[in-house]
Amino acid sequence: MLDPFIVKLFPTLDPMLVIISAILFSPLVGFVIQFFMGEKLFRKGDWVSLGAIFISWVLTLFLFSDFVHSQNAHFKWVMSWPWIALPSFSLGMGILLDSTTILMLLVITTVSFLVHLYSTGYMQGDPRYSRFFAYLSFFSFSMIGLVLSDNLFALYVFWELVGLSSYLLIGFWFEKPSAANASKKAFIVTRVGDVGMFIGILIIFFQTNGLLKFEDIFSFLSKSSFNGEFLGLSLLTLAGLCIFMGAVGKSAQFPLHIWLPDAMEGPTPVSALIHAATMVAAGVYLVTRMFPFFTPEALTCIAYVGAFTAIFSATMALTHNDIKKVLAYSTVSQLGYMMMGLGVGATIAGFFHLVTHAAFKACLFLCSGSVIHALHTQDLREMGGLRKKMPITFVTMLIATLAISGVPLFSGFVSKDMILGGTLSFVSNHPNHFLIPIFGFSAAALTAFYMFRLIFMTFFGTARDSKKFEHAHESPFNMTLPLIILSLSSFAIVFTPLHFWIEQEEIPENIHHLATVLSLFVAGSGILLSYLMYMKKVLNPDTLAQRFKYIYNTLIHLYWIDELYEWAILNNVVRLNNLLAHFDNRVIDQVMVDGWAPVTIQTSRGSGNFDNRVIDELLVDGTGQMVGASGKQTVKIQTGKVQQYILVGLGSVCVLLILLTLIL
Amino acid sequence: MTSYDSLFYVFAAVTIIPAIVTVFHPNILYAALSLFGSFFGVAGIYVLLGADFIAATQVLIYVGGILVLILFAVMLSKNIYGMTFQDEKKKKILPTLFGILLLGFLIKLITTVHWNTTLSEEGPLPTTAALGNLLLTEYLLPFELASVLLLAALIGAIILARSK
Amino acid sequence: MTVELHHYLILSSILFVLGIIGIISRKNSIGILMGIELVMNACGINFVAFSKYIASDFSGQIFALFIFVIAAAEVVVALAIVLRIYQNKATIDIEEVKDLKC
Repeated sequence: MLDPFIVKLFPTLDPMLVIISAILFSPLVGFVIQFFMGEKLFRKGDWVSLGAIFISWVLTLFLFSDFVHSQNAHFKWVMSWPWIALPSFSLGMGILLDSTTILMLLVITTVSFLVHLYSTGYMQGDPRYSRFFAYLSFFSFSMIGLVLSDNLFALYVFWELVGLSSYLLIGFWFEKPSAANASKKAFIVTRVGDVGMFIGILIIFFQTNGLLKFEDIFSFLSKSSFNGEFLGLSLLTLAGLCIFMGAVGKSAQFPLHIWLPDAMEGPTPVSALIHAATMVAAGVYLVTRMFPFFTPEALTCIAYVGAFTAIFSATMALTHNDIKKVLAYSTVSQLGYMMMGLGVGATIAGFFHLVTHAAFKACLFLCSGSVIHALHTQDLREMGGLRKKMPITFVTMLIATLAISGVPLFSGFVSKDMILGGTLSFVSNHPNHFLIPIFGFSAAALTAFYMFRLIFMTFFGTARDSKKFEHAHESPFNMTLPLIILSLSSFAIVFTPLHFWIEQEEIPENIHHLATVLSLFVAGSGILLSYLMYMKKVLNPDTLAQRFKYIYNTLIHLYWIDELYEWAILNNVVRLNNLLAHFDNRVIDQVMVDGWAPVTIQTSRGSGNFDNRVIDELLVDGTGQMVGASGKQTVKIQTGKVQQYILVGLGSVCVLLILLTLIL
Repeated sequence: MTSYDSLFYVFAAVTIIPAIVTVFHPNILYAALSLFGSFFGVAGIYVLLGADFIAATQVLIYVGGILVLILFAVMLSKNIYGMTFQDEKKKKILPTLFGILLLGFLIKLITTVHWNTTLSEEGPLPTTAALGNLLLTEYLLPFELASVLLLAALIGAIILARSK
Repeated sequence: MTVELHHYLILSSILFVLGIIGIISRKNSIGILMGIELVMNACGINFVAFSKYIASDFSGQIFALFIFVIAAAEVVVALAIVLRIYQNKATIDIEEVKDLKC
């Protein structure tokens, strides 16, 4: 659509190349300008970053509309240059643009642009306002570079760059020790995964004689395979699992998920952009990109990791009272969903969930930011009744919540349904792995439950902290506009142009229907339970119980007395009534309704404890302590006297020479 | 024994004996002064090896430059006599032992290896022109780098030594 | 006994070992610098000797020249550091200077 115009401007260049370079480099230019002279510019230069990402966004929209018009799901455009050419091997740099890349670009630039816009309101008055925008631009550049890379090496470079910008942005308020620690934790924990990924890249590099381009790797595998095995796994599976380790770190999958909730110490727009929509999805993107590379064993492992993460972190989200932490656990859970989808072979479903999730989760985070901005607290227990005070935030957040809970007509329903259908059809072929869909459906129920709990506690009921409530107000227009746009994109209808792309993946009709019915059921039950427990209880828990009993009793009376029975059997009726009332009290109220709460609280406490004790303290802190202790011992050798070092060196040379003469 | 050989032994003695004094004498001033002799001995060795330009440079740079600089530093740091003799003596036993051991191995190695020497029969020639040619053709880049290094050292030394 | 290559090599190894002993055993940091100079001289003798006996060209002498350059640069900077330490600590005893130790 834009091509004729660009050909006129740059007659000698490929128009596609011009567009892509503009998309990639305009945030970089924005970063450089912002970083070096942002403070001196008008409005501290926020318009530079905003304009840069706006250019990327508009150009991406052109690319996307071309893609939709072509109706060609297998669209592909590649270009590469030699970068390091040595006799023994060569490294290239290149661009790979296909449907996956275009969708990722769309997600990244859209969310990034909206977050930039939102930040002009949210970060107003921050002492490092321009630095914040510089970092945001830098992140956008790295993330766009990551998805455009056509080989593993370039991808790894950008992978580390997004890690760096994540580190900088989590620790943006580094005066707070908790933020500084969280940024370090995020950087170090993801590094664990990255080391695995690097090993995987090296295995591929040496096994394929230096091929790192995605296409080359796949065509190599179609002709031959890796030889050798390690610990009973074939080397190909092992390389796949190593690559997946990088995705585990970046996408916060179990057991490396611990950094993401802590990362919420960063400013909320950052949480929305990096830790909900884009960077954490990079792991999912990586698995999608490398999908043909994974062996069935590796994919099963991915599916289990994803499914377990989904249910595990969903239970943790149930009892948290920090609004951003609930969303963080929810993000981990949804990322687990995507991994599960990819693992069972439903690649389009998993990746589509990434796209829809980016929209509604970014919306949720920005809404929570709007609430935090108004109340200056993140504690759910201090909120309540905000529905009237912040109508736009309420409506947009409700829409996003409906989307994430999987209510029909919303985008989350479509993608979640596809993933769950994928798991069911996977199980119909491999009945041994029945746990995967069970985890998936339970996680869906829990998701609906805790998300509505969040909504009820924030927007309904009465204000628990009246002083803060009085102070609350709706956010300015530059903050609510992104909310509105993102919530509109949570409707399923927005994604109809992509229909031709989604249809690549066929799920058998009967299984699909089963999945739809089941997912509707679990989502409905989750919402209902949440409504019963939080909405009603919050209003006035005692009268709720009374009224509930009264309705129930009336129902019984209407049934039994009104019709047939006389006073003679009234005793029996009363007795039956008593029995039923008893049943009602004990079983329905106490065990089923009230009992549910302690059970969920206990399980989530248990998993939270497990998370704190075993993962955080033993695995993460333990490693650090071990290194520290061994360092304390070895530091004694370091006297700081150079002469002693040389003496020891000379002595060892002499000893070595003596040994040599003795041996020879 | 030709006069060439006897000259070699003379120069070797002039090199080694002051070097021993430099290393073992407790007084740092004497050590610095005897280093003077050692440098001259090395210059003589260069002459014997037919490297007349190198020998001259050795005298100019080491004797005229570096040694004077060292002497200045010795003078500028006042308590040169404050170092106790006993400590130094105690510290020297182990290094000397190791050193002699290492020297033994080195000498054994040098004498056992068959050196594939090809000595041209020509007498000593002036080398300056040839060296100059090499420096400005084949070794031009290292030559320029050396000048940059010297400049950097100059600036660094000025910054370091200047009192604030 | 005519003087051959190995005579020069033995001479330079003696000088080298003496320099090493000086580097290790001197407490005075200027003494250490003198040891370093001895080692560099030993190195130069080796280069020139090999240049005459094995390579038969002038490349070894060129390297001897570069050693002079390095030695000059090194000694200038090192003495400046020594003077600086003397100004700060009123001593040039190398054992007193152990700020590298944590």
